[in-house]
Amino acid sequence: MNNLISNIFLALILIFGQALFFNNINFLGSINPLIYIYFIAYFPLKNNRTLFIFCAFIYGFIIDIFSDTHAIHAAATLTIAFFRPYLLKLFFGMAYEHQVVKFKSIELKQNLFYLISIILIHHFILFSLEIFDISKISLIFKNTFEVLISTFIGIYILYELLIHRAK
Amino acid sequence: MQRIIYFLIRNKDFILFLSLLTICLSINISYNEYNKSKFLNSSNSLFSSLYKTKLTISKYFNLEYQNQLLLEENRKLRYLLYNPKNINLTGRKDKISYNVTSASVIKNSYSFSNNFVTIDVGRNDSIEIDNGVISSKGVVGIIDKISPNYSRFISILNTKFLLNAKLKKSNYFGVLSWDGMNINRVQLSDVPKQANVSIGDTIVTGGNSLIFPKGILIGYVESFKLDNSENYLELQINLATDMRNIENLYVLKNNNLKEINSLDE
Repeated sequence: MNNLISNIFLALILIFGQALFFNNINFLGSINPLIYIYFIAYFPLKNNRTLFIFCAFIYGFIIDIFSDTHAIHAAATLTIAFFRPYLLKLFFGMAYEHQVVKFKSIELKQNLFYLISIILIHHFILFSLEIFDISKISLIFKNTFEVLISTFIGIYILYELLIHRAK
Repeated sequence: MQRIIYFLIRNKDFILFLSLLTICLSINISYNEYNKSKFLNSSNSLFSSLYKTKLTISKYFNLEYQNQLLLEENRKLRYLLYNPKNINLTGRKDKISYNVTSASVIKNSYSFSNNFVTIDVGRNDSIEIDNGVISSKGVVGIIDKISPNYSRFISILNTKFLLNAKLKKSNYFGVLSWDGMNINRVQLSDVPKQANVSIGDTIVTGGNSLIFPKGILIGYVESFKLDNSENYLELQINLATDMRNIENLYVLKNNNLKEINSLDE
Protein backbone atom coordinates (compact mmCIF):
# COMPACT_ATOMS: atom_id res chain seq x y z
CA MET A 1 0.00 0.00 0.00
CA ASN A 2 2.79 2.33 1.03
CA ASN A 3 4.66 1.34 -2.08
CA LEU A 4 1.68 2.14 -4.29
CA ILE A 5 1.30 5.64 -2.88
CA SER A 6 4.99 6.40 -3.20
CA ASN A 7 4.94 5.24 -6.84
CA ILE A 8 1.95 7.43 -7.71
CA PHE A 9 3.65 10.31 -5.96
CA LEU A 10 6.86 9.76 -7.96
CA ALA A 11 4.88 9.58 -11.22
CA LEU A 12 3.12 12.87 -10.45
CA ILE A 13 6.40 14.61 -9.60
CA LEU A 14 7.97 13.35 -12.82
CA ILE A 15 4.97 14.45 -14.92
CA PHE A 16 4.96 17.95 -13.49
CA GLY A 17 8.74 18.18 -13.58
CA GLN A 18 8.72 17.19 -17.23
CA ALA A 19 5.85 19.48 -18.24
CA LEU A 20 6.85 22.58 -16.35
CA PHE A 21 10.63 22.38 -16.18
CA PHE A 22 12.35 19.84 -18.42
CA ASN A 23 10.23 20.67 -21.50
CA ASN A 24 11.55 24.21 -21.31
CA ILE A 25 15.30 23.64 -21.01
CA ASN A 26 15.98 23.87 -24.75
CA PHE A 27 19.70 23.33 -24.40
CA LEU A 28 21.56 24.28 -27.63
CA GLY A 29 18.31 25.32 -29.23
CA SER A 30 16.03 22.33 -28.92
CA ILE A 31 17.39 19.59 -26.65
CA ASN A 32 15.02 18.68 -23.83
CA PRO A 33 15.82 15.67 -21.63
CA LEU A 34 12.82 13.34 -21.29
CA ILE A 35 13.49 12.30 -17.69
CA TYR A 36 9.97 10.96 -17.19
CA ILE A 37 11.16 7.60 -18.58
CA TYR A 38 12.86 7.09 -15.22
CA PHE A 39 9.51 5.87 -13.87
CA ILE A 40 9.24 3.11 -16.50
CA ALA A 41 12.93 2.12 -16.39
CA TYR A 42 13.13 1.69 -12.61
CA PHE A 43 9.59 0.61 -11.79
CA PRO A 44 9.70 -2.17 -9.14
CA LEU A 45 10.46 -5.54 -10.71
CA LYS A 46 7.68 -7.47 -9.03
CA ASN A 47 4.59 -6.17 -10.76
CA ASN A 48 1.44 -7.13 -12.58
CA ARG A 49 2.59 -6.90 -16.18
CA THR A 50 -0.83 -6.16 -17.71
CA LEU A 51 -1.48 -3.36 -15.25
CA PHE A 52 2.03 -1.98 -15.78
CA ILE A 53 1.55 -1.78 -19.57
CA PHE A 54 -1.77 -0.05 -19.13
CA CYS A 55 -0.35 2.44 -16.61
CA ALA A 56 2.53 3.22 -18.96
CA PHE A 57 0.03 4.06 -21.70
CA ILE A 58 -1.91 6.46 -19.43
CA TYR A 59 1.35 7.93 -18.14
CA GLY A 60 2.62 8.64 -21.67
CA PHE A 61 -0.75 10.05 -22.64
CA ILE A 62 -0.64 12.61 -19.82
CA ILE A 63 2.82 13.71 -20.98
CA ASP A 64 1.35 14.05 -24.48
CA ILE A 65 -1.38 16.38 -23.33
CA PHE A 66 1.15 18.57 -21.57
CA SER A 67 3.54 18.75 -24.51
CA ASP A 68 0.83 19.27 -27.16
CA THR A 69 1.89 16.19 -29.10
CA HIS A 70 -0.34 13.53 -30.60
CA ALA A 71 -0.04 10.25 -28.68
CA ILE A 72 3.62 9.89 -29.61
CA HIS A 73 4.85 9.81 -26.00
CA ALA A 74 2.10 7.30 -25.21
CA ALA A 75 3.18 4.99 -28.05
CA ALA A 76 6.88 5.16 -27.13
CA THR A 77 6.30 4.71 -23.38
CA LEU A 78 3.91 1.83 -24.03
CA THR A 79 6.49 0.07 -26.19
CA ILE A 80 9.32 0.25 -23.66
CA ALA A 81 6.97 -0.91 -20.92
CA PHE A 82 6.09 -3.94 -23.03
CA PHE A 83 9.67 -4.78 -23.98
CA ARG A 84 11.16 -4.10 -20.53
CA PRO A 85 11.06 -7.74 -19.32
CA TYR A 86 12.90 -8.87 -22.47
CA LEU A 87 15.56 -6.21 -22.02
CA LEU A 88 15.95 -7.15 -18.35
CA LYS A 89 16.34 -10.78 -19.36
CA LEU A 90 18.90 -9.79 -21.98
CA PHE A 91 21.08 -7.71 -19.69
CA PHE A 92 20.66 -9.46 -16.33
CA GLY A 93 20.23 -13.02 -17.58
CA MET A 94 19.74 -15.78 -15.03
CA ALA A 95 19.73 -13.38 -12.12
CA TYR A 96 16.54 -11.80 -13.44
CA GLU A 97 14.87 -15.11 -14.14
CA HIS A 98 15.49 -16.25 -10.58
CA GLN A 99 14.20 -12.91 -9.35
CA VAL A 100 17.28 -11.94 -7.40
CA VAL A 101 17.95 -8.69 -9.30
CA LYS A 102 17.61 -5.54 -7.24
CA PHE A 103 17.99 -2.12 -8.82
CA LYS A 104 19.79 -0.99 -5.66
CA SER A 105 22.71 -3.29 -6.23
CA ILE A 106 23.14 -3.88 -9.95
CA GLU A 107 26.51 -3.54 -11.61
CA LEU A 108 27.37 -0.25 -13.25
CA LYS A 109 28.08 -1.73 -16.68
CA GLN A 110 24.83 -3.73 -16.88
CA ASN A 111 22.87 -0.73 -15.66
CA LEU A 112 24.36 1.57 -18.30
CA PHE A 113 23.61 -0.82 -21.16
CA TYR A 114 20.09 -1.45 -19.91
CA LEU A 115 19.36 2.26 -19.54
CA ILE A 116 20.84 3.26 -22.91
CA SER A 117 18.94 0.58 -24.81
CA ILE A 118 15.63 1.45 -23.16
CA ILE A 119 16.12 5.17 -23.91
CA LEU A 120 17.23 4.44 -27.48
CA ILE A 121 14.08 2.42 -28.24
CA HIS A 122 11.88 5.08 -26.68
CA HIS A 123 13.47 8.04 -28.47
CA PHE A 124 13.64 6.34 -31.82
CA ILE A 125 9.91 5.54 -31.76
CA LEU A 126 9.11 9.00 -30.41
CA PHE A 127 10.97 10.92 -33.08
CA SER A 128 9.91 8.62 -35.92
CA LEU A 129 6.28 9.27 -35.04
CA GLU A 130 6.83 12.93 -34.40
CA ILE A 131 8.58 13.67 -37.68
CA PHE A 132 6.57 11.00 -39.54
CA ASP A 133 8.47 11.33 -42.78
CA ILE A 134 10.81 8.60 -43.98
CA SER A 135 12.72 11.03 -46.20
CA LYS A 136 13.88 12.90 -43.09
CA ILE A 137 15.54 9.83 -41.56
CA SER A 138 18.74 11.74 -40.88
CA LEU A 139 16.81 14.30 -38.82
CA ILE A 140 15.21 11.44 -36.85
CA PHE A 141 18.63 9.96 -35.99
CA LYS A 142 20.11 13.35 -35.17
CA ASN A 143 17.28 14.19 -32.75
CA THR A 144 17.36 10.70 -31.25
CA PHE A 145 21.04 10.78 -30.38
CA GLU A 146 21.11 14.37 -29.17
CA VAL A 147 18.20 13.89 -26.82
CA LEU A 148 19.41 10.42 -25.81
CA ILE A 149 22.57 11.88 -24.28
CA SER A 150 20.69 14.50 -22.28
CA THR A 151 18.03 12.02 -21.10
CA PHE A 152 20.67 9.51 -20.11
CA ILE A 153 22.53 12.05 -17.98
CA GLY A 154 19.29 13.19 -16.36
CA ILE A 155 18.04 9.71 -15.53
CA TYR A 156 21.41 8.48 -14.31
CA ILE A 157 21.65 11.39 -11.87
CA LEU A 158 18.14 10.56 -10.63
CA TYR A 159 19.15 6.90 -10.24
CA GLU A 160 22.20 7.81 -8.18
CA LEU A 161 20.16 10.16 -5.98
CA LEU A 162 17.02 8.10 -5.48
CA ILE A 163 18.01 4.43 -5.68
CA HIS A 164 21.74 3.98 -5.32
CA ARG A 165 22.15 6.35 -2.36
CA ALA A 166 19.01 5.12 -0.64
CA LYS A 167 20.54 1.75 0.19
CA MET B 1 -13.68 -22.43 -27.67
CA GLN B 2 -11.79 -23.22 -24.52
CA ARG B 3 -8.55 -23.14 -26.45
CA ILE B 4 -9.32 -19.69 -27.86
CA ILE B 5 -10.02 -18.35 -24.39
CA TYR B 6 -6.87 -20.01 -23.07
CA PHE B 7 -4.89 -18.48 -25.92
CA LEU B 8 -6.33 -15.03 -25.20
CA ILE B 9 -5.52 -15.28 -21.50
CA ARG B 10 -1.98 -16.47 -22.14
CA ASN B 11 -1.29 -13.63 -24.57
CA LYS B 12 -3.26 -10.93 -22.80
CA ASP B 13 -0.24 -8.65 -22.35
CA PHE B 14 0.62 -8.76 -26.01
CA ILE B 15 -2.97 -8.16 -27.09
CA LEU B 16 -3.28 -5.22 -24.69
CA PHE B 17 -0.01 -3.81 -26.02
CA LEU B 18 -1.09 -4.13 -29.63
CA SER B 19 -4.52 -2.60 -29.08
CA LEU B 20 -3.14 0.38 -27.14
CA LEU B 21 -0.44 0.89 -29.74
CA THR B 22 -3.10 0.90 -32.44
CA ILE B 23 -4.97 3.63 -30.57
CA CYS B 24 -1.79 5.72 -30.35
CA LEU B 25 -0.95 5.26 -34.00
CA SER B 26 -4.46 6.03 -35.16
CA ILE B 27 -4.45 9.30 -33.19
CA ASN B 28 -1.07 10.18 -34.63
CA ILE B 29 -1.94 9.25 -38.20
CA SER B 30 -5.30 11.02 -38.15
CA TYR B 31 -3.47 14.10 -36.89
CA ASN B 32 -0.91 13.88 -39.65
CA GLU B 33 -3.61 13.48 -42.27
CA TYR B 34 -6.21 15.98 -41.26
CA ASN B 35 -4.15 18.30 -39.14
CA LYS B 36 -6.79 18.10 -36.48
CA SER B 37 -7.08 16.90 -32.94
CA LYS B 38 -10.20 17.53 -31.00
CA PHE B 39 -9.21 16.67 -27.47
CA LEU B 40 -5.45 16.56 -27.24
CA ASN B 41 -4.23 20.08 -26.90
CA SER B 42 -3.18 22.47 -24.22
CA SER B 43 -5.84 25.08 -24.91
CA ASN B 44 -8.38 23.23 -22.78
CA SER B 45 -9.07 24.85 -19.48
CA LEU B 46 -7.34 22.63 -16.87
CA PHE B 47 -3.98 22.68 -18.57
CA SER B 48 -4.13 26.29 -19.61
CA SER B 49 -4.82 27.38 -16.05
CA LEU B 50 -1.81 25.38 -14.93
CA TYR B 51 0.39 26.92 -17.58
CA LYS B 52 -0.97 30.33 -16.71
CA THR B 53 0.18 29.92 -13.12
CA LYS B 54 3.60 28.97 -14.35
CA LEU B 55 3.62 31.94 -16.69
CA THR B 56 2.85 34.43 -13.93
CA ILE B 57 5.95 33.20 -12.11
CA SER B 58 8.33 32.93 -15.02
CA LYS B 59 7.21 36.21 -16.61
CA TYR B 60 9.23 38.25 -14.16
CA PHE B 61 12.53 36.84 -15.31
CA ASN B 62 11.97 38.04 -18.84
CA LEU B 63 10.52 41.43 -18.01
CA GLU B 64 13.40 43.62 -19.02
CA TYR B 65 13.76 42.30 -22.55
CA GLN B 66 10.00 42.39 -23.20
CA ASN B 67 9.81 45.97 -21.93
CA GLN B 68 12.54 46.92 -24.31
CA LEU B 69 10.60 45.41 -27.22
CA LEU B 70 7.43 47.27 -26.27
CA LEU B 71 9.31 50.55 -25.91
CA GLU B 72 10.83 50.07 -29.32
CA GLU B 73 7.42 49.44 -30.80
CA ASN B 74 5.87 52.45 -29.06
CA ARG B 75 8.61 54.55 -30.52
CA LYS B 76 7.82 53.34 -34.04
CA LEU B 77 4.08 53.91 -33.59
CA ARG B 78 4.67 57.42 -32.33
CA TYR B 79 6.85 58.06 -35.30
CA LEU B 80 4.03 56.99 -37.60
CA LEU B 81 1.53 59.05 -35.65
CA TYR B 82 3.51 62.24 -36.07
CA ASN B 83 4.56 61.56 -39.65
CA PRO B 84 1.44 60.74 -41.64
CA LYS B 85 2.73 59.51 -44.95
CA ASN B 86 0.09 57.06 -46.09
CA ILE B 87 -1.99 59.64 -47.91
CA ASN B 88 -3.60 57.96 -50.87
CA LEU B 89 -3.27 59.82 -54.15
CA THR B 90 -6.56 58.55 -55.54
CA GLY B 91 -8.41 59.80 -52.49
CA ARG B 92 -9.84 56.31 -52.02
CA LYS B 93 -9.56 54.74 -48.57
CA ASP B 94 -7.90 51.38 -48.26
CA LYS B 95 -10.96 49.20 -47.84
CA ILE B 96 -9.52 46.11 -46.19
CA SER B 97 -9.23 46.77 -42.49
CA TYR B 98 -7.84 44.62 -39.71
CA ASN B 99 -8.83 44.40 -36.06
CA VAL B 100 -5.83 44.13 -33.76
CA THR B 101 -6.03 42.30 -30.43
CA SER B 102 -3.06 42.07 -28.11
CA ALA B 103 -2.29 38.71 -26.48
CA SER B 104 0.31 37.06 -24.24
CA VAL B 105 1.88 33.68 -24.74
CA ILE B 106 0.84 31.03 -22.22
CA LYS B 107 2.81 28.16 -23.64
CA ASN B 108 5.48 28.28 -26.29
CA SER B 109 7.20 25.38 -28.00
CA TYR B 110 9.91 25.25 -30.62
CA SER B 111 11.79 22.01 -30.07
CA PHE B 112 9.54 19.74 -32.18
CA SER B 113 9.04 19.69 -35.91
CA ASN B 114 5.38 20.63 -35.49
CA ASN B 115 5.18 23.43 -32.96
CA PHE B 116 2.12 25.14 -31.51
CA VAL B 117 1.80 28.11 -29.19
CA THR B 118 -1.09 28.80 -26.81
CA ILE B 119 -2.17 32.39 -26.14
CA ASP B 120 -4.58 33.95 -23.66
CA VAL B 121 -7.29 35.33 -25.94
CA GLY B 122 -10.16 33.30 -27.38
CA ARG B 123 -13.66 33.31 -28.77
CA ASN B 124 -14.79 35.85 -26.16
CA ASP B 125 -12.24 38.31 -27.53
CA SER B 126 -13.73 37.73 -31.00
CA ILE B 127 -10.76 35.70 -32.21
CA GLU B 128 -11.53 33.35 -35.10
CA ILE B 129 -9.79 30.39 -36.69
CA ASP B 130 -7.33 31.47 -39.42
CA ASN B 131 -6.57 34.82 -37.85
CA GLY B 132 -2.94 35.85 -38.26
CA VAL B 133 -0.58 36.32 -35.33
CA ILE B 134 2.37 38.71 -35.37
CA SER B 135 4.94 39.89 -32.86
CA SER B 136 6.35 43.38 -32.79
CA LYS B 137 9.08 42.14 -35.14
CA GLY B 138 7.15 40.05 -37.65
CA VAL B 139 4.94 37.09 -38.50
CA VAL B 140 4.77 34.24 -35.94
CA GLY B 141 1.77 32.06 -36.89
CA ILE B 142 -1.89 31.42 -37.74
CA ILE B 143 -4.66 30.53 -35.25
CA ASP B 144 -5.87 26.95 -35.66
CA LYS B 145 -7.94 26.22 -32.56
CA ILE B 146 -10.00 28.36 -30.21
CA SER B 147 -11.77 27.91 -26.88
CA PRO B 148 -13.76 30.61 -25.04
CA ASN B 149 -10.74 32.18 -23.35
CA TYR B 150 -7.68 30.68 -24.99
CA SER B 151 -6.50 29.84 -28.44
CA ARG B 152 -3.67 27.97 -30.09
CA PHE B 153 -1.78 28.92 -33.21
CA ILE B 154 0.40 27.03 -35.67
CA SER B 155 3.84 28.48 -35.19
CA ILE B 156 5.88 29.52 -38.20
CA LEU B 157 8.21 26.76 -36.93
CA ASN B 158 5.81 24.01 -38.01
CA THR B 159 6.48 21.84 -41.03
CA LYS B 160 2.79 22.16 -42.02
CA PHE B 161 2.85 25.95 -41.98
CA LEU B 162 2.61 27.48 -45.45
CA LEU B 163 2.44 31.19 -46.24
CA ASN B 164 2.52 33.39 -49.29
CA ALA B 165 5.51 35.75 -49.06
CA LYS B 166 7.35 38.11 -51.38
CA LEU B 167 10.59 39.98 -51.81
CA LYS B 168 10.06 43.54 -50.66
CA LYS B 169 12.41 44.89 -53.30
CA SER B 170 11.08 43.24 -56.45
CA ASN B 171 7.60 41.90 -55.51
CA TYR B 172 8.37 38.33 -56.65
CA PHE B 173 6.21 35.81 -54.78
CA GLY B 174 7.13 32.49 -53.19
CA VAL B 175 5.87 29.92 -50.71
CA LEU B 176 7.25 30.09 -47.18
CA SER B 177 7.70 26.86 -45.23
CA TRP B 178 9.98 25.32 -42.62
CA ASP B 179 12.07 22.15 -43.05
CA GLY B 180 12.37 21.42 -39.32
CA MET B 181 16.13 21.81 -39.14
CA ASN B 182 17.02 25.18 -37.64
CA ILE B 183 14.73 27.30 -35.48
CA ASN B 184 16.13 30.55 -36.85
CA ARG B 185 15.84 29.68 -40.52
CA VAL B 186 12.82 29.17 -42.79
CA GLN B 187 12.68 28.48 -46.53
CA LEU B 188 11.07 30.43 -49.34
CA SER B 189 10.64 28.27 -52.43
CA ASP B 190 9.18 28.74 -55.92
CA VAL B 191 10.66 32.18 -56.44
CA PRO B 192 11.23 32.71 -60.20
CA LYS B 193 14.92 32.83 -61.04
CA GLN B 194 14.52 36.17 -62.77
CA ALA B 195 14.10 37.70 -59.33
CA ASN B 196 17.21 39.65 -58.62
CA VAL B 197 17.92 38.32 -55.12
CA SER B 198 20.85 39.41 -53.02
CA ILE B 199 21.85 38.41 -49.50
CA GLY B 200 20.22 40.56 -46.85
CA ASP B 201 17.06 41.35 -48.85
CA THR B 202 13.88 41.80 -46.84
CA ILE B 203 11.07 39.22 -47.11
CA VAL B 204 7.54 40.41 -46.29
CA THR B 205 4.03 38.89 -46.41
CA GLY B 206 2.46 38.88 -49.84
CA GLY B 207 -1.10 39.95 -49.09
CA ASN B 208 -2.56 37.25 -51.32
CA SER B 209 -3.75 35.18 -48.40
CA LEU B 210 -6.00 37.77 -46.69
CA ILE B 211 -4.75 36.42 -43.36
CA PHE B 212 -2.00 38.99 -43.08
CA PRO B 213 -1.96 42.49 -44.49
CA LYS B 214 0.55 43.19 -47.21
CA GLY B 215 4.12 43.98 -46.22
CA ILE B 216 4.55 42.57 -42.71
CA LEU B 217 8.18 41.67 -42.05
CA ILE B 218 9.15 37.98 -42.02
CA GLY B 219 12.92 37.93 -42.26
CA TYR B 220 16.05 38.52 -44.27
CA VAL B 221 17.67 36.44 -47.02
CA GLU B 222 20.60 34.43 -45.72
CA SER B 223 21.50 32.45 -48.85
CA PHE B 224 19.88 31.22 -52.03
CA LYS B 225 20.31 28.55 -54.68
CA LEU B 226 18.49 27.08 -57.69
CA ASP B 227 16.13 24.21 -56.86
CA ASN B 228 16.07 20.81 -58.59
CA SER B 229 14.08 22.01 -61.59
CA GLU B 230 16.60 24.84 -62.11
CA ASN B 231 13.77 27.28 -62.87
CA TYR B 232 13.07 28.48 -59.37
CA LEU B 233 15.16 29.79 -56.52
CA GLU B 234 15.12 28.39 -53.02
CA LEU B 235 15.93 31.01 -50.41
CA GLN B 236 17.12 30.45 -46.86
CA ILE B 237 15.65 33.13 -44.64
CA ASN B 238 16.71 34.32 -41.21
CA LEU B 239 13.58 34.94 -39.15
CA ALA B 240 13.20 38.47 -37.85
CA THR B 241 11.42 37.22 -34.71
CA ASP B 242 13.33 35.11 -32.22
CA MET B 243 10.74 32.35 -31.70
CA ARG B 244 12.40 31.32 -28.43
CA ASN B 245 11.57 34.64 -26.91
CA ILE B 246 8.02 35.69 -27.79
CA GLU B 247 5.66 37.02 -25.18
CA ASN B 248 3.51 39.94 -26.31
CA LEU B 249 1.76 39.25 -29.59
CA TYR B 250 -0.97 40.80 -31.73
CA VAL B 251 -3.79 38.89 -33.40
CA LEU B 252 -4.96 40.31 -36.72
CA LYS B 253 -8.53 39.72 -37.84
CA ASN B 254 -9.56 40.64 -41.35
CA ASN B 255 -12.93 42.42 -41.17
CA ASN B 256 -13.77 41.83 -44.80
CA LEU B 257 -12.92 38.14 -45.00
CA LYS B 258 -16.54 36.90 -45.16
CA GLU B 259 -17.46 39.29 -47.91
CA ILE B 260 -14.37 38.45 -49.98
CA ASN B 261 -14.83 34.72 -49.52
CA SER B 262 -18.50 34.92 -50.52
CA LEU B 263 -17.35 35.92 -54.00
CA ASP B 264 -15.59 32.59 -54.41
CA GLU B 265 -18.59 30.42 -53.56
